[in-house]
Amino acid sequence: METLIIMLIGILVAVATYLILSRNIIRIILGTAVFSHAVHLLILTMGNLKQGNVPLLKEADAPYTDALPQALILTAIVISFAVTAFILVLAYRTYQDVGTDDLDELRGAKDE
Amino acid sequence: MNNLIVLPLILPIMVGIVLVFLRPYVKLQRAISLITMIGIAGISVIILNRVQTDGIIRLDFGGWEPPFGILFVADSFAMLLVLTASLVTAICLIHAFSSIGERHEKMYFYPFVLFLVAGVNGSFLTGDLFNLFVCFEVMLLASYVLVTLGGTKPQLREAIKYVVINILASWFFLVALAYLYGTVGTLNMAHISERVAEEGQGPLLTTISILFLIVFSLKAGLLLFYWLPGSYSVPPTAVAALFGALLTKVGIYALFRTFTLIFYHELLISHTLIGIMAGITLIVGCMGAIAFKDIRLIVSYNVVIAVGFILIGLAVGTETSIAGSIYYLIHDMFAKAMLFLLAGTMIYLTGKSKIDEMSGLIRNYPLFGWMFFLVTCSLAGIPPLSGFVGKILVGQGAIESGSYVLLALAFISSIVVLYSLLRIFLNTIFGETIISFEEEKPMKMGMIIPIVLLGIATVSLGLGAEFISDYVTDAAHTLSNPSVYIDAVMGGNK
Repeated sequence: METLIIMLIGILVAVATYLILSRNIIRIILGTAVFSHAVHLLILTMGNLKQGNVPLLKEADAPYTDALPQALILTAIVISFAVTAFILVLAYRTYQDVGTDDLDELRGAKDE
Repeated sequence: MNNLIVLPLILPIMVGIVLVFLRPYVKLQRAISLITMIGIAGISVIILNRVQTDGIIRLDFGGWEPPFGILFVADSFAMLLVLTASLVTAICLIHAFSSIGERHEKMYFYPFVLFLVAGVNGSFLTGDLFNLFVCFEVMLLASYVLVTLGGTKPQLREAIKYVVINILASWFFLVALAYLYGTVGTLNMAHISERVAEEGQGPLLTTISILFLIVFSLKAGLLLFYWLPGSYSVPPTAVAALFGALLTKVGIYALFRTFTLIFYHELLISHTLIGIMAGITLIVGCMGAIAFKDIRLIVSYNVVIAVGFILIGLAVGTETSIAGSIYYLIHDMFAKAMLFLLAGTMIYLTGKSKIDEMSGLIRNYPLFGWMFFLVTCSLAGIPPLSGFVGKILVGQGAIESGSYVLLALAFISSIVVLYSLLRIFLNTIFGETIISFEEEKPMKMGMIIPIVLLGIATVSLGLGAEFISDYVTDAAHTLSNPSVYIDAVMGGNK
């Protein structure tokens, strides 16, 4: 199971890398979103996938599954939500003000 | 009483939330935010002194003892930085009162500054790597807002790059965390250090350490600093000063923490790499500082040079050089804030940002001109001022361990700093004035007072080096002997 998930993470990272290398801002934002999904899966896998019972001490028999990666992912998901929301708004405002969503045109040495 | 050490994180967040509801009352917002920052500085002085008497203090949240719970650890290094960060923020706030403008003030400027400080202080205090990530994100999200606040075209343009780079850096941080958790099975920094020492730092852990090095270098502007000059030169003066003083320093703090506490076994690989990166940073930063004529860019490249210099202390890795780095870190927070405020005020006074287009400011604003001279001397490390002690100690450490190349680079970079700032000085401060008597803008008291305060800080830091040397020595001792930190965290309940 771990091997499968690791391969899935690899595919996600490849897709995200492809997206983030493009010039269009929206594609870059999608790329970062896919990146964050990949890393959440990675944290889950590195903390070992389900190996035992639910981690309710004394309610179920040992061995327990590590619950910590899920707590970490939960925090990371919330943060990536916030950042994605922020950069989407930022991209929209930039498009409105600067009039382009092409990163090459955003280099900006010209008007300085 | 240990609950005290959560205040530098909690207080700014709480006050920031309250300030959101006080949006129309600008004067009240100013007063409350300034009092909060001074209060935090006061609290950190108390904690700093308690650390001297009682040793390292820790706070386990919810009573979960390490390594199971999350915790805050206050040692001298962290508290010195919290204290400096709070003081610098308070001073930058005073400058913001007169320079930032009502539009910013009504768009939640003060709450976001407080959130930024909360993230910075949290990063310094946390004893848990995942919480370090969370505090980084708190700080970064606030900084994203502060870069974009105002919404001018260059700001939006640079902000996109700044945000994307930082999202990628955070992604690498999570990857490194995941690998580390998979390898050692814990996230408490002291516990990780213990486990790494038990099992030995094999090739896998060294790779993970290099991943951490990349992450924190991106945040600190060590070698991977190409995003820095752009994004530090676009926001308003007070914000740029805050960024220049605080943001890269958090990355530097994280580098010191991880590479002295956790990954100190493979010095030949990781610390050599840090040394090479610091050397290249110095060279490229110096080129940048000389190449440009835009004063904001020159000042931003000076941030890069300072980062390279401080990390030479880490690369050398003796107790003396680490003490020197800590001195220089504290000095640099004050001096860089001062430099950014001076540059911003210069642009405000003349309306120009190229150094060729300004001249003779000292004739119109004598105090301002002398303050620029003061910061130039301080950054170059002229003896009575604050940069001197740090430079001497780093140099001494480099000689002790025989890192002559780094030593040479460090001191040549000081000369370049002196040259790049003297170039500004000669072009803009000296010479015939181009501002006629009628056109002369009055210097606002709110702008010159914070600059003078920072000037006093840099002088007294240099003259009072004896006074803070106890704290710095203790901090360097803790950093170069990881067992002190580990014992304080893992050794039973205090």
